[in-house]
Amino acid sequence: MTDVEAHITGTVWKIECAVGDTVAEGDTVAILESMKMEMPVEAEDAGTVKEICCEEGQAVNEGDTLVVLD
Amino acid sequence: MFSKVLVANRGEIAVRIVRALEELGVASVAVYSELDRDAPHVRRAGESYNLGEGPAAENYLNVEKILDVARRSGAEAIHPGYGFLAENAPFAKICEEAGIVFIGPPASAIEAMGSKTRARELMKAAGVPIVPGTTEPVATVADALRIVKKEIGFPVAVKAAGGGGGKGFRVALAEEELEAAFEGASREGEKFFSDPAVYLERYLPDPRHVEVQVLADRHGNVIHLGERDCSIQRRHQKVIEESPAPEWVVDPEMRERIGQIGVNAARAVDYVGAGTIEGLFSSHEGGESEYFFLEMNARVQVEHCVTEMTTGIDIVKEGIRAAAGEELAYAQEDVVLRGHAIECRINAEDASKNFAPAPGRIGVYREPMGPGVRVDTGVEAGGEVSPMYDPMVAKLIVWDADRAQATRRMLRALGEFEIEGLKTLIPFHQALLATDQWARGETCRDLLEDKKWLKTLAFPAPVAPPEDGEDERIEQKYAVEVSGRRFDVRVLGPAFGGGARAAANGAARTAPKRGRRKATSGAGGPDVLPSPLQGNMWKVLVKAGDTVQEGQLLCIIEAMKMENEITAHKSGTIVELPITEGAPIQAGAPIATIRSAEAS
Repeated sequence: MTDVEAHITGTVWKIECAVGDTVAEGDTVAILESMKMEMPVEAEDAGTVKEICCEEGQAVNEGDTLVVLD
Repeated sequence: MFSKVLVANRGEIAVRIVRALEELGVASVAVYSELDRDAPHVRRAGESYNLGEGPAAENYLNVEKILDVARRSGAEAIHPGYGFLAENAPFAKICEEAGIVFIGPPASAIEAMGSKTRARELMKAAGVPIVPGTTEPVATVADALRIVKKEIGFPVAVKAAGGGGGKGFRVALAEEELEAAFEGASREGEKFFSDPAVYLERYLPDPRHVEVQVLADRHGNVIHLGERDCSIQRRHQKVIEESPAPEWVVDPEMRERIGQIGVNAARAVDYVGAGTIEGLFSSHEGGESEYFFLEMNARVQVEHCVTEMTTGIDIVKEGIRAAAGEELAYAQEDVVLRGHAIECRINAEDASKNFAPAPGRIGVYREPMGPGVRVDTGVEAGGEVSPMYDPMVAKLIVWDADRAQATRRMLRALGEFEIEGLKTLIPFHQALLATDQWARGETCRDLLEDKKWLKTLAFPAPVAPPEDGEDERIEQKYAVEVSGRRFDVRVLGPAFGGGARAAANGAARTAPKRGRRKATSGAGGPDVLPSPLQGNMWKVLVKAGDTVQEGQLLCIIEAMKMENEITAHKSGTIVELPITEGAPIQAGAPIATIRSAEAS
């Protein structure tokens, strides 16, 4: 099980996956917005989306878990 | 001249405009969002008004609130700076209707330049060169070949009508590649945008971004202040700018030519104030250089400072004078470029993570000084850089006699710039300006996209959390004098005293390194453990009555967005624990009273 974490501090702009989705390494799982820039968050490992721990519009800190992969 | 002007912006540009107003003897009015309550621009202005909470749309972009402040404060004009309400034609019109002067070009000029197709047509009519291409879709490969041969020339880009983000974009370097490029772009257009129509445009490999600063007044005077080279960009945004362009890129003759293009472009839309004509500059090996109009920025730009350094002309003040109806203080022949200026944008970004935004709180803040150095900043020590706003927090500008010396001066100044606690582009600028590619005046496009190179610019890793079984050692930096000579020394050794020590997890480089000592001595020292810092109690990991070992984690205090681990100063039983999660704690306040086993 791996966590996909926010790599920057900002706001969740879009969640690009749903529970049960299969993601490959490098797939964008969410897009964060910070300082007027959109930054995609990519899965570092392949897996199945087990849990989404954030919602669109939510403020997140660097290191917060966004998505849990199985 | 106006007697009072409202500055509808924040950060460094708001401070820059307030300074110009003060020099002109004009009173200034600042506005701010709740988040910016303590920002420098708020205190710098003569009077300041709170625009309320929320995103920019509810304050800095809220036209009604800003006009209300203008009326309440008696401001006769509004300066939009760049971003926010700059280049906003409806806002310029509303100001006009409200009897308030918009410091910038007339709404009609903003509108004309805001539409890419209209700007292209206008520029074409004014004799300004635009990137050769078609404005109507091209039906067949045969048509395309005919048009390319007759009007555009190779290399040519084939672009899907609905394309964007690199999709539906193909390049044909020569005739034999045109068919594949045409079909590829059309296929991708069909697949991604349900539109197979394609356009043709001359493809410029590795173009330089060269722009011309213009000034215009209401009396028909238009002058140019030479060019700026802004070829160093990340994600199509400038990070380093210079004036003039390297001398092997733009010579006096070319400067004359592109300067005239800028003046013609500004005249074509009856421009007023400070503006910039952006263009693509393409130089072919052994061939002639070409310059094409890209777009006009109808506002004062971030990088206006480099031109101020080389011309000695205050662009912001001239823009305000023009808006007040005064004539330009300079004629074209008064404009003389002297020396070379470079600007580095100090963004709160981590270049090693592909320029990821890195908001945070600033600790120590020291600006570089000395000959030829200028800093335009919107932040200060203890300030918070919010993820809500632009990452550009300051600009460092230097001037020297030539490009090579200006580069050395910039490296010197970057070394003096101290911004603690915040990740900025300073290490990136230091690395880039030291490359041969910069020295040769290349666009450095490959370097800025080279993830491996960028990774070498990583910030020092946060202080490692303590691990069991290690000797407790602490690293401290001291300045010592030996026979009158000063040395900076690092001292590695056991920590002193029995007080709590905090380990900061952050970008701060000066945070003392610490480990954890084996719990050898249980007794001795005072029982009460005072808090080493002021902050918020984030987590409490023990409870009263617990037996703890020396060095055991008791609680975590959050201060300046960093978590500080507080460990037991000795082994024993916790008899008092006057702390609660979530509550603020003062430096020196008791965290815990620990009684040694031997004493109880």
